[in-house]
Amino acid sequence: MKSYALIDCNNFYASCERAFRPELRDTPIVVLSNNDGCIIARSAEAKALGVGMGTPYFKCKGQLERLGVEVFSSNYALYGDLSARVMRVIGRFAPAVEIYSIDEAFADLSGIQGGATQFARRLRATVEAWTGIPVSIGIGPTKTLAKLANRFAKKQPRCRGVFDLTDSPAPDLVLKWTEINDIWGIGRRHAKRLRKEGITNALAFRDLKREWVKKKMTVTGLHTLLELRGLPCFDFAQGPVPKKTIVSSRSFGQPVTQRDHMLEATAQYATRAAEKLRKQNSVASHVLVYLETNRFRTMERQYNNTASMPLAVSTAHSPTIIKAALSGMKRIYREGYSYKKCGVMLSGLEPVNGRWLSLLDLPPDAHDRNAPIMEAVDLCNRRWGRDTVKFAASGLGNGPWKMRREMRSPRYTTVWEELMEVKAD
Amino acid sequence: MKIDSTFDVTDESPMGEARWVGAISRPAAPRRHIPLAWGSVAAGFPSPAEEYLEKPLDLNDYVAPRPEATYFVRVSGDSMIGAGIHHDDILVVDRSQSPRPGNVVIALVDGEFTVKRLTRTEDGLALSPENPEYSVIHLTPETEFEVWGVVRHVVHKV
Repeated sequence: MKSYALIDCNNFYASCERAFRPELRDTPIVVLSNNDGCIIARSAEAKALGVGMGTPYFKCKGQLERLGVEVFSSNYALYGDLSARVMRVIGRFAPAVEIYSIDEAFADLSGIQGGATQFARRLRATVEAWTGIPVSIGIGPTKTLAKLANRFAKKQPRCRGVFDLTDSPAPDLVLKWTEINDIWGIGRRHAKRLRKEGITNALAFRDLKREWVKKKMTVTGLHTLLELRGLPCFDFAQGPVPKKTIVSSRSFGQPVTQRDHMLEATAQYATRAAEKLRKQNSVASHVLVYLETNRFRTMERQYNNTASMPLAVSTAHSPTIIKAALSGMKRIYREGYSYKKCGVMLSGLEPVNGRWLSLLDLPPDAHDRNAPIMEAVDLCNRRWGRDTVKFAASGLGNGPWKMRREMRSPRYTTVWEELMEVKAD
Repeated sequence: MKIDSTFDVTDESPMGEARWVGAISRPAAPRRHIPLAWGSVAAGFPSPAEEYLEKPLDLNDYVAPRPEATYFVRVSGDSMIGAGIHHDDILVVDRSQSPRPGNVVIALVDGEFTVKRLTRTEDGLALSPENPEYSVIHLTPETEFEVWGVVRHVVHKV
């Protein structure tokens, strides 16, 4: 039997803010979007206080102060670095890992010595000790069930962060406690329709007839159904795409052994990811690249790694995203390996809104026409200083490049001037 | 990482943690990387050995064999002069190592990060400075304290 684990960082951004500020362990924390617009992350304590996700900051500033909530501007340099560390720790110990989003990874724990539960407990302790980030781990015979188990591990304090569905005395009960809209891959639209039919939880869904599900929800829905029954349909890098993340990755048809080929592939995936981003009218704040060798070729030397690149300004501008992805790839590429796969992941996604148009966020077809203008603008700004020429759309106030991020924590792990200070007195 | 005086390895100990006394328990982790300095390589694969000989030395390999658990922090103050740690130096801190007496550690005492040597005294564990002008912090069961990481190297401008 297969055994999949989903490792998920608890309230990731808030946990990152705590990693270097342990005194904030029990303090409610919120993190704001780019330019301190609205709330994009909350610690458990902040959730308990009823602080709403997505609330504009100016509306709740007073309330947060009264409640004693610590407010942070987003610090993607820090989040990205800690994410890469968490992924590397998992990759060091787990036989096979799929990075799913900035704060989640799947691991294949089939046939691990000493049992998956025990392994997961120790992995959880290791990630927390090495990075300061607490994680929850759910284990199941399929990725969908691992995801479901993960929710349970997070919600039930007595699980102490790990829940193994394959080891549970009453797996059906766990399914029954899972609401229909909390099943991995069942979208809002389908969930609503199923509710109308009286199907409100995962157990009821699992016991539906195959034909019915296929008719109403196509083959994707059928896969979800079978996965809930314990039949793996999604292997690594398959299955529903993560929300709030755009991933573009592929296994190579031929093993890649040359740096140039790898950089070419990376640029291609970055381009595709940026296109997807523009299609959904969003901008990204963070780029993550990864590469891996073929773990099934046990005779060959194995290597996998991840690099994280924060973007100075959230953007959907392909060249910027490509540049970031390439510099990350150059950092982690090592000669002498035979690579199977690489990927580019965009996160910290936010909708483009009028106030915060990225300077160069144009539809792809407008790019060519505007290329000479862009070059001229860039040239002017290089010669006479930043912002000599700029777009009115980007606001003429404080300058769009000077984002409002007055409450950003130090970039402890990526900038020499901002290291954590320890007292020797 | 919390320190208790027994240092037992439990289900929830981090991977590869050494017991305080007794055997070292290691996880059943796969060898990720088998350096083939000599010996056979898979057919049709370039020998990586040559590269090993030509790759310039990288200080990271020396100071941070586990990069994902290694952090740099800056020192403020001179209580650790005796250990070669000066004001404004950068410390290389490893969070994957369990702290033992004799280690220089970054400890969290009363909500503040401090660098001291973890020592064993007659009354139990203590955090000792390396400068006679400062006093030892004795750790009682009541002390709110935690080791954040173990200091492995000092980067000092000469």
